[in-house]
Amino acid sequence: MTTANVYQQRPTTDVKAESPLFHADLNSLVGKGCTNPGVVLREKKLLGHLTIRGNGHDPAFAAGVHNALGMELPGALALVSKGDSSIQWLGPDEWLLIVPTGEEFAVEQKLREALDGQHIAIVNVSGGQSLLELTGPNVRDVLMKSTSYDVHPSNFPVGKAVGTVFAKSQLVIRRTGEETWELVIRRSFADYWWLWLQDASAEYGLGIAA
Amino acid sequence: MLHIFCPHCGELRSEEEFHASGQAHIPRPLDPAACTDAEWGDYMFFRDNPRGLHHELWIHAAGCRQYFNATRDTMTYEILETYLIGTKPQFVNQVPAIRKGDQA
Amino acid sequence: MSQTNRLPNGGRIDRSKVLNFSFNGQTYQGFEGDTLAAALLANGVDIIGRSFKYSRPRGIFAAGCEEPNAVLQIGATEATQIPNVRATQQALYAGLVATSTNGWPSVNTDMMGILGKVGGKLMPPGFYYKTFMYPQSFWMTYEKYIRKAAGLGRSPTENDPDTYDNMNQHCDVLVVGAGPAGLAAALAAARSGARVIIADEQEEFGGSLLDSRESLDGKPAAEWVATVVAELKGLANVTLLPRATVNGYHDHNFLTIHERLTDHLGDRAPIGQVRQRLHRVRAKRVVLATGTHERPLVYGNNDVPGNMLAGAVSTYVRRYGVAPGKKLVLSTNNDYAYRVALDWLDAGLQVVAVADARHNPRGALVEEARAKGIRILTGSAVIEARGSKRVSGARVAAIEVKSHKVTSPGEWLDCDLVASSGGYSPIVHLASHLGGKPVWREDILGFVPGEAPQKRVCVGGVNGVYALADSLADGFEGGVRAASEAGFQPVEAVMPKALSRVEEPTLALFQVPHEKSTTRAPKQFVDLQNDVTAAGIELATREGFESVEHVKRYTALGFGTDQGKLGNVNGLAIAARSLNVSIPEMGTTMFRPNYTPVTFGAVAGRHCGHIFEPVRFTALHAWHVKNGAEFEDVGQWKRPWYFPKAGEDIHAAVRRECKAVRDSVGLLDASTLGKIDIQGPDAREFLNRIYTNAWTKLDVGKARYGLMCKEDGMVFDDGVTACVADNHFIMTTTTGGAARVLQWLEIYQQTEWPDLKVYFTSVTDHYATLTLSGPNSRKLLGEVTDIDLDREAFPFMTWKEGLVGGVPARVFRISFTGELSYEVNIQADYAMGVLEKIAEAGKKYNLTPYGTETMHVLRAEKGFIIVGQDTDGSMTPDDLNMGWCVGRTKPFSWIGQRGMNREDCVREDRKQLVGLKPVDPNKWLPEGAQLVLDAKQSIPMTMVGHVTSSYAANSLGYSFAMGVVKGGLKRMGERVFSPQADGSVIEAEIVSSVFFDPKGERQNVE
Repeated sequence: MTTANVYQQRPTTDVKAESPLFHADLNSLVGKGCTNPGVVLREKKLLGHLTIRGNGHDPAFAAGVHNALGMELPGALALVSKGDSSIQWLGPDEWLLIVPTGEEFAVEQKLREALDGQHIAIVNVSGGQSLLELTGPNVRDVLMKSTSYDVHPSNFPVGKAVGTVFAKSQLVIRRTGEETWELVIRRSFADYWWLWLQDASAEYGLGIAA
Repeated sequence: MLHIFCPHCGELRSEEEFHASGQAHIPRPLDPAACTDAEWGDYMFFRDNPRGLHHELWIHAAGCRQYFNATRDTMTYEILETYLIGTKPQFVNQVPAIRKGDQA
Repeated sequence: MSQTNRLPNGGRIDRSKVLNFSFNGQTYQGFEGDTLAAALLANGVDIIGRSFKYSRPRGIFAAGCEEPNAVLQIGATEATQIPNVRATQQALYAGLVATSTNGWPSVNTDMMGILGKVGGKLMPPGFYYKTFMYPQSFWMTYEKYIRKAAGLGRSPTENDPDTYDNMNQHCDVLVVGAGPAGLAAALAAARSGARVIIADEQEEFGGSLLDSRESLDGKPAAEWVATVVAELKGLANVTLLPRATVNGYHDHNFLTIHERLTDHLGDRAPIGQVRQRLHRVRAKRVVLATGTHERPLVYGNNDVPGNMLAGAVSTYVRRYGVAPGKKLVLSTNNDYAYRVALDWLDAGLQVVAVADARHNPRGALVEEARAKGIRILTGSAVIEARGSKRVSGARVAAIEVKSHKVTSPGEWLDCDLVASSGGYSPIVHLASHLGGKPVWREDILGFVPGEAPQKRVCVGGVNGVYALADSLADGFEGGVRAASEAGFQPVEAVMPKALSRVEEPTLALFQVPHEKSTTRAPKQFVDLQNDVTAAGIELATREGFESVEHVKRYTALGFGTDQGKLGNVNGLAIAARSLNVSIPEMGTTMFRPNYTPVTFGAVAGRHCGHIFEPVRFTALHAWHVKNGAEFEDVGQWKRPWYFPKAGEDIHAAVRRECKAVRDSVGLLDASTLGKIDIQGPDAREFLNRIYTNAWTKLDVGKARYGLMCKEDGMVFDDGVTACVADNHFIMTTTTGGAARVLQWLEIYQQTEWPDLKVYFTSVTDHYATLTLSGPNSRKLLGEVTDIDLDREAFPFMTWKEGLVGGVPARVFRISFTGELSYEVNIQADYAMGVLEKIAEAGKKYNLTPYGTETMHVLRAEKGFIIVGQDTDGSMTPDDLNMGWCVGRTKPFSWIGQRGMNREDCVREDRKQLVGLKPVDPNKWLPEGAQLVLDAKQSIPMTMVGHVTSSYAANSLGYSFAMGVVKGGLKRMGERVFSPQADGSVIEAEIVSSVFFDPKGERQNVE
C-alpha cells in the first residue's frame, strides 16, 4: 500500500507560465520562413504529464488504469489516445499519461482511487517535459539524421512510441499520424532540441505552427 | 556497434541506447559482514574474462530503463541471447572460466 | 593549354562542357565527366608528386581508389582545403584547385631527390626507427622535417564553411559495389520488395562495365547498366548512393558509408546543400560486391611516370577518351589484360608489344590480339623501364618463373607507356574488418573472404568469380539469397547474356626476375605510396621479421591511404619467396576501417559548433542572463557562477555575495540538483540500505542529510531526502550525480532486491528550486507565502507545503550555507513568475543573487563537503570526519558498511579531511597543492596530503582551505607546509574544517 503526498501543483490563479521553449518565442515565428516547409514544428505546451508505475502483468492494475482513464493500458512500445489524452508504454512497469493542461491533479487522484491497495506510483512530471509536434513530408528525414532507431513506416507505424537516443541525448518519439510525430523532451534539454531541429530541418525548410 | 535485443521492448536496438554494467550473476553476499576479506574481495573485484561466452548485465538506458542479461561471445561479439534478471542463460561455456583461487 | 592526350572521340565525358582547373598553379582544361586524374593525363601532366622516401618523380598509376601517387591537396581557399584526395576519385569541376602534397620545394626540382639519388642506401626500411628514434628528444624535430619533406597533406587553418551530416539508415539488404555483380544482386533483392541500399564509390554505377569491351544481350554493357539503374531508381524500396564509399564493416552488420554529395560540383557545396554525409547503416544482410584490384608486376623502375596498371589504361581510353601515352608495352601474366592492348589498338594507338610471362598462351583474347597483328613475346616480361621523368623504353626479356631467372638479355623497346598486369586481388577489406581471415585460392592467385559470423554474402570478383556471365549470375544468386534470408520472397529473373570466352589460367608471377640481385637491380617498387621496394622486403626478412604483420610495420608496406590495395599481395609473395614459404603460409595482413580516407567533417556530422553537445538550462536562465551572471559549466548544465556588478572581478563579486548572504539574504538557483521521487511501501527500507545513515524514524514532514557509499565504503554522493508521506520521499542528489544515482538505485532494486516494493522517478526537470539563504530569508519569504514560517512551526530540517508567489510549492528548511535557508520547489513552468515576485519583494532586503562560487565558499566556511571536490572516490565517511552520518547499528548490511570496515579503511593514519588556515592570512593555497610536514626535507619529499578546496575571497576575512592530511584529525593545531612551484612555501595550521558558526547558532535567528 502506498501513501503518497499528492497536491495541486499548478496554480489555480492566473500567474505567469513559461513552457520549456518559452524563450524561443515560437509564436512570433509562426508563418515566417519558407512558404512550403518540409517540416512544421509546434510545441504542445504546458500539458499535464504523469508517470505511472505499476505491475503491467497484474490484471488488476490494467483494469484500474482502464477504469480511471477509459483507455486500455498499452503494451510494449504502444501509444493509446482518447480525445486530448494519451497514454504510452515507457517500460514494463512505467507509462506516460498526458492530459490537457490542469487535469493532471484530478486524474492522479482518480487513478490512485482506482488503484487503491496496489503497489503503484504516480508522479507529476508536467513541469519537466514538453511535447514537440513535427509534421510534414520531411520529418522522417530529420528523424533519420537524429536517431539510430528505424523510423521507416514498416518499423514505426502510427501508434508506436519509443524511447531512444536522439542526437547526443535521449527522448521519446511517438508517431501520431502519417506525417506527424511527437517528441517528448525534457525541459533542460529543450533549447538543445530546438537548435538541433532547426539545423536538421534547414535543408527541407522549417515552419512553426501555433 | 552492437545490435541488442531488449527483452522488455521486444526489439533489436542499437548499442548506443544501452550501457554495459559488467558481468552478470554476481549476487551480493546475503550477509556481507560474515564475509572474510578474501570472499568480499572476490565479490568486489574478481571477474571472469572468458574466451567465448560471457554473461553480462546491460541496461536499456535510453529505452525502458530496465536491466537484463546478455550472453555474448567475446570472440565474435555475437549475442546469443538476452534474458530477464532472475532467469538463467540457455547458452553457457562448455569449459568453465577460470576463477580466482582455481589456479595453482 | 590544349588537351594533347585527349582522343578525338569516345569516353563518357561531355565534350561540350569545358572545365578550367589548376594544378600546382598552372591552369588546364578538362571536360565534365572527367576525374581530376583523367584531366591531368589528358593534358599530358606526367609528374604528379614526389615519392615519400626517395623523392622520385611519380605519375598517375591507377584509375581508382588504389591510386598510390596522385594523392593531392584540393581547395581553392584556405577554408576549403582537403588533404589526401585521390585524383582518380575526384570528379573535375570548374575552378578546381589541386596541388601536390609531396615534393619540396617543387615537384619538378626536388631537393630531396638529391638525397634520394645520392643516398639510395641512406633510408633503408626501418630507417626512422633506427635513426630518428635516438636521441628520443630529437624526435619532435625530426618529425617536423620528415613531415614537411614527405608531405602528408595539411588540414585547413580556417573553419570549413560547408555542412556535413550523418544519416541513420536501415535496410534488409545493403549491396556494396555497383559493378555487374552488385547491380545484379541489387536487382534480385529489390524485386523481392526488400529495402535495399546500393552504394558505389564511383561517380556513376556500373563499375567495370563502364569501360568494358563486353556486350550484354548484344548491346554495349553500359546500356544494361542504364536500364538496371533506371529500374532501381523507380522502386521506392531502393536507395541508390553513388559517390558513396562503404568504408567500415562493424559489428552486427553496422556499416558506415561516406557519401560525397557535392564534391563533384565545386570547391564549396551549393547554398543549402550538404557536402558530405556519413550514413550509419544497419543491414539485415550485406552483399559484398567489392570486386577486385588489379595487381601490377614488380619490375625495375616500375615507378617512373608512364608505368601504369593495365586496367587503368583501358579505363582512361574507354571511359574518359584519354590516351596516357602513344606507344604501349603491356606486360602480363593473364588473358584478361589483353583487352588493354585491344582497346589501345582500337583507339588508333601503337601497341609496341605484349610481354606474356606464360609460354604458350592460347586464350580467346590472346588469339584476338594475335589476329590483329599485335606482337606477343611469350615467356617474357618487362624486366625494367627506362626514363627519369617519363618512361622512354622498356626492356623485355625471357624469364623463368620457377627459378626466378632471366634467361635472355632481351631487347629494349621504344615506348612511353608500360602497362602491367600481375593478376587480380579480390577486395577483401570490408570482409575482414571484423577479423575474418582471408583465404588464399591458388586457382585464382588471390585471397578471398574467409568464413565469418556476419550475415553477409560475397559475390562476383571479391568471391573470385571473374568472367562477366558468371559474375552476373553470382550476383543475382547472392541478391536472392540475401533477400530471402531477410524474409523476402525472391522473384525469378533472367540475367543478360554475356559472351563466354576460353580463358587460360594466370601464371603466378609477382616480382619479375632481374639479372642482378634484388638489392642491386634498379628499384622494384611494391608499394609506390610508401616507397617500399622488393629489396626492402627482402631486407626485412633478412633482419628476422617473419610475420607478415611485422614485415608490414617494418617496411611501411600498405600504410597511408594504400591500406594494402596495390602492393599487399606482391609484398607478401616476395616475403614468402624470401623466407621460402608458400603464400598461404605467409598469410595476409588484416584490414581495418576505413577503406579510404574519410573527412573529419563527415564523421562529426552536425555535432559541431553550437550543437556540438547538449547544453542544459534551468527555467530561470533568462533571469540570470538579465542580471549579468557569468556562467559555469557543471556537467552539461550552465549554472550562474557569480553575478558581477560593474567593475567587479570574480573575487570582488564573491566577497560581496558572501557578505550579503551572511548579513541579509541571497538567492541561489538550485534547480540543477538531482531530484528523485521515491514511492512504495519499502521506500524507507530501501533508503536504509542505500544510505549510510538511518531512515527508519524520519517522520513525515522532516528531511535528513544522507551519504551514499559504494560497496567499497567510499563516499560517492550525498544530499537531503525529505519524507513527504509515510512511504513517499523526495531525494536530492548532487548536480553531477543525478543520473548516476538514479541508475544506482535502479540497479539495486532491479537486480539485488526486486522484492522491495519501490519506484524511482526523476523529477529533476519538473521542479525548479529557488534557495533563499541568510538571516533575512524568513522575512523575505514571509512576504510572498501563506506558509507559517514561525521558527517553532517550521523548524530546521522540515518542509511545508503552501503558496509561494501564488504558486503551490514545497518549501524545505535546509541549509548549505549555515544560514537560515529555505529551498522553494515549484513546478518549473511557474518558476520565473515566482522568482520575479521574490526579487521584487527582496529589494528592501538587498536580496543578492549568488552563483556556484559563493555557494562553494559559504559551504566550505561551514565545513560542508562537495562530493567530487573534497572527495575523490577513495574517502570513507570517517575520512571526512562524518562518522556521525553512519548508522552502525542498522540491521541490514547497507551498501558500504562491509567495505568501510576493511582493515585498510580503519587505519588511523588515513588521509582525513581537515581545515587548513594559512599562517599568512593573505596567502592562498592552490587547490590540489601537496602538503608535507617538513618543508626542509630533501626531494622527493614525503607527501602527507593535499588541498581539496581553497578560498581567498570569502566572508571570514582570511584565506582558508580544506584538505586531506594523513591522520589529520589528530593533528589539530599542527603545521603543514605546501611547497610551491616557484620555490616558496605556504605554511598552514591544521584546524577544524568548520570555520564559521561551529555551534550552528545562525539557524536560531529570529
